[in-house]
Amino acid sequence: MEAEAAKYIGAGLATLGMIGAGIGVGTIFGNFLNGATRNPSAAAGQFTNLILGAALTEALGILAFVLGLVILFS
Amino acid sequence: MASPMHQFEIHKIVEMPDFSLPGVGVIDMAITNSTVAMMLAAAVVILFFAITTAKAAVVPGRAQVVAEGIFSYIDDLATGIIGHEGRAFFPYVFTIFTFILAMNMLGLFLVFTATSQLAVTATLGVMTILLVILVGFIRNGANMYKLFVPAGVPWYMLILVTPIEIISFLLRPVTLALRLFGNMLGGHVALKVFAGFVVSLGAMAAGGGLGLLGIPGAALSLGGVVALTALEFLVAFLQAFVFAVLTCVYLNDVVNLGHHH
Repeated sequence: MEAEAAKYIGAGLATLGMIGAGIGVGTIFGNFLNGATRNPSAAAGQFTNLILGAALTEALGILAFVLGLVILFS
Repeated sequence: MASPMHQFEIHKIVEMPDFSLPGVGVIDMAITNSTVAMMLAAAVVILFFAITTAKAAVVPGRAQVVAEGIFSYIDDLATGIIGHEGRAFFPYVFTIFTFILAMNMLGLFLVFTATSQLAVTATLGVMTILLVILVGFIRNGANMYKLFVPAGVPWYMLILVTPIEIISFLLRPVTLALRLFGNMLGGHVALKVFAGFVVSLGAMAAGGGLGLLGIPGAALSLGGVVALTALEFLVAFLQAFVFAVLTCVYLNDVVNLGHHH
């Protein structure tokens, strides 16, 4: 296998890490909606926590994405 | 198809004499499209708030409501997370928020996004963490170590917990920078890729024959570009907001060290 081809495959494999971030962000928003529909009056106060959790989770997916870019363009 | 990464290339607009810093080396001081985008963003922010607050009325006009809305939104955020001492850090959080928001938004309207450059986001991240460290040492002095040694944890767990806390603290500027950079880069690459599909499928359809099948594909891609642009506006705001929230959370860690509220 050519090195160039291996590079593309490696970059694709590296971005697979985003699957986990997708599941995580989905869980966070799903559970937020779950709680928000049960107690809508408390939902607005938790918006910052929601975004914070989503951002911290998403950062891990972004790490995988950046790693893929690094492999692709190095 | 044009390369989707082409939009992130930096080129010089105005040549400036090189500046040599002892110990660091020669620094190219040329004004690039990145610097121009940042200057534009700063100018837009300053102009917006100068115009909207120039003739501040007790009963605000439409523009003044927007400006005051952004102001009180970040004020509530800072005081909500840090507590009443959050007022002291409000100017920094507000500056960071409006600057990043302006850069993200201008990137969607103009050709270049300053926040899609790792150098820009890394500078913002390092600035934030240096402020956190500075504030931590000024307020807590030698007690700063408590940041890495949570209270109420048995000593044999501390052997494990302390290195993890130190690593997670050192990773904060990295994730701050990479989150903003990755989101803006990824979004703009996706936009460019879908826009490229429209052009290449349209060119295929122009060839006639079986190539006419490209028309529905091109229409679908065009719809994708429109939808992605709407999503990117949301992401542009959300990433600025997330940066502001995390700045507040990190500042809260050192301002209210040792006592939770």
